[in-house]
Amino acid sequence: MPRKFTPKVVTANRLIEGDAVWLTAGDTWSPEMGDAELIEDEAVAQERLIHAQSQPGVVVGAYLADAVAGPDGPEPTHFREAFRTRGPSNYFHGKQESA
Amino acid sequence: MYTYTDFDEAFVRERVAQFRAQVERRIDGSLTEDEFKPLRLMNGLYLQLHAYMLRVAIPYGTISAAQMRQLAYIADRWDRGYGHFTTRQNIQYNWPKLKDIPDILDALADVQMHAIQTSGNTIRNVTADHFAGAAKDEIADPRPYAELLRQWSTDHAEFQFLPRKFKIAVTGCAHDRAVIKAHDIGLQIVERDGEIGFRVLVGGGLGRTPMIGQVVRDFLPEADLLPYVEAIVSVYNLLGRRDNKFKARIKITVHETGIEEIRRLVEARFAEVRPAFTGVDQQILGGIRAQFAAPDFDALPVDGFEAARAEDPVFRAWVDTNIAPHRRDDHAIVSVSLKTPGQTPGDASSAQMEVLAALAEAYAYDELRISHEQNVILPNVPRAHLREVHRALKEAGLATANIGLVSDIIACPGMDYCALATARSIPVAKEIATRFEDLKMEHEIGPLKIKISGCINACGHHHVGHIGILGLDRAGVENYQITLGGDGSEEATIGTRTGPGFAYDEIVPAIERILKKYVEIRESAEETFLLTYRRAGMDPFKAALYPDKEKERAHAA
Ligand code: HEM
Ligand code: SF4
Repeated sequence: MPRKFTPKVVTANRLIEGDAVWLTAGDTWSPEMGDAELIEDEAVAQERLIHAQSQPGVVVGAYLADAVAGPDGPEPTHFREAFRTRGPSNYFHGKQESA
Repeated sequence: MYTYTDFDEAFVRERVAQFRAQVERRIDGSLTEDEFKPLRLMNGLYLQLHAYMLRVAIPYGTISAAQMRQLAYIADRWDRGYGHFTTRQNIQYNWPKLKDIPDILDALADVQMHAIQTSGNTIRNVTADHFAGAAKDEIADPRPYAELLRQWSTDHAEFQFLPRKFKIAVTGCAHDRAVIKAHDIGLQIVERDGEIGFRVLVGGGLGRTPMIGQVVRDFLPEADLLPYVEAIVSVYNLLGRRDNKFKARIKITVHETGIEEIRRLVEARFAEVRPAFTGVDQQILGGIRAQFAAPDFDALPVDGFEAARAEDPVFRAWVDTNIAPHRRDDHAIVSVSLKTPGQTPGDASSAQMEVLAALAEAYAYDELRISHEQNVILPNVPRAHLREVHRALKEAGLATANIGLVSDIIACPGMDYCALATARSIPVAKEIATRFEDLKMEHEIGPLKIKISGCINACGHHHVGHIGILGLDRAGVENYQITLGGDGSEEATIGTRTGPGFAYDEIVPAIERILKKYVEIRESAEETFLLTYRRAGMDPFKAALYPDKEKERAHAA
């Protein structure tokens, strides 16, 4: 039996601002992970990643990150990705400021 | 202090103009990220977890009041009102925008600063003892040599694509405050029969495979410095492994080749390149040295200082902890702690930078230093002014009396900022500092160096911490490994792992158990943690850390 695919989101940093963004189903980049498209199929994930990587004028360093469905959209499964949705823990800077 | 020549000025401006054009071409799409990344790294620009990060070099840790003020201005104008001072005598800005970087670099160039070769496989910012030129125990000021090396290495055509980054540190004292044994090349100024020269070490480094540098030449005459360093770098450029990033540093080259063979190759190459150095470098050195001449020291009476010290216990505690002996008895070296418990180690707000700049101007001949321990130094303060300096520092929240104590922790940015991190380091440092402040044990524990890195790259020097903490990712959870007995001084030693790591909420209690055990077993208050560890070994600390294991062992026996 093939290994079960862990759902993914496509994420990157914005070229000019450098902040973390997530690819939505509507092909926009959102600063909120909850808006991201949760991809359940491996082939689709690869396709969406290639699509993201073809936008070098918008984002940098696109990759697939593990995620799970939550009440308000996709949520991180790893603490690194959780930090990217919030900002650093030593100052109230980054995304948590506007949350 | 060193001031730029016309050549330096033109060079730095030219680099900013080039980078401005490169940023424009990146933004308009004519450069891809793959093309742009090496260019931005050459100019100190990284992309981290939440934003870009700009790393600015503070060569040999020396900066003027005007430069410090400009760092504050940049923090306010283009960043979040603070900067992070690092273990390599750099300052990092954590929130700049790509489009602003050329303007920031221009603002730096206005005060003769830059971000060149703070990244990439080049010869990096040359670091030096932060007490250089002021220390009582110094043979000669290491900074003119560091500056000579900087000029020689900047844009050196042969060394722009080394197998890996290359770090050089210089000290003028037998007591090593610059961790020279953990650098690719470490230089110690020594004196033999009245002649100044260098003891040259090679192959030190931390990171994934920590190694202590070995002596390649016991005495190198001063005039041979550049050709000899060039010979080392050129042997490395040829032998260094380019097939495997993890084996590319010179420490691996030295380890795999053996120090004897390295010495033979370096000496042979040195014989070849030496004739090309016809003495121009020595003339340049002469010119540089003049710029590092000591200030005209004011001879001020010290009685007021002695009286203040006797009557004010807070001032006395600060003097006893944060002041180091100066080469002149009527002066002192002041270490300003950027480690107030609860604060991020190494961070200074723009307002604090302004205060430091003003103090340097008013009381310290316009000079400041950044230490690799992430503190700021006022290297030359007349003792007569110490009271006033302390008062101003206190007002700015900069008078914490903890230099060299448990809360004076080195911590890398870790997972709070760094894209390579496997765990956080800043909050661990903050919590250890606050915990021991609450316990009021800091002065009882005495001299101690805790160093924390958020991944195996070891930017926080954890291997050479008396207590080292390494943050790892164990199956998606932060986990912290402890090492004991490391030492970054002239007796450099890599610490030894205690055993299994600790979860995020267990690491502070674990450090507490180690230090309570230390206080319990030390022979006297004079026996420091490091000495106690060297005498008693790992066992008592292991027993304190892993009591259940001990019980099991007792059971089995
Ligand atoms: C946040 C961006 C940073 C990145 C991407 C980064 C990257 C690295 C890497 C990859 C290494 C391992 C080099 C090797 O073993 O070959 C390393 C080592 C090191 N870095 Fe960083 N670092 C960063 C921040 C810092 C900071 C903030 C400091 C100072 C506090 C620092 C100082 C050092 C030191 C002292 C070493 C170990 C010494 C050695 O080179 O062997 N780095 N860094
Ligand atoms: S040690 Fe690791 S986590 Fe810390 S700054 Fe260096 S690369 Fe980043």
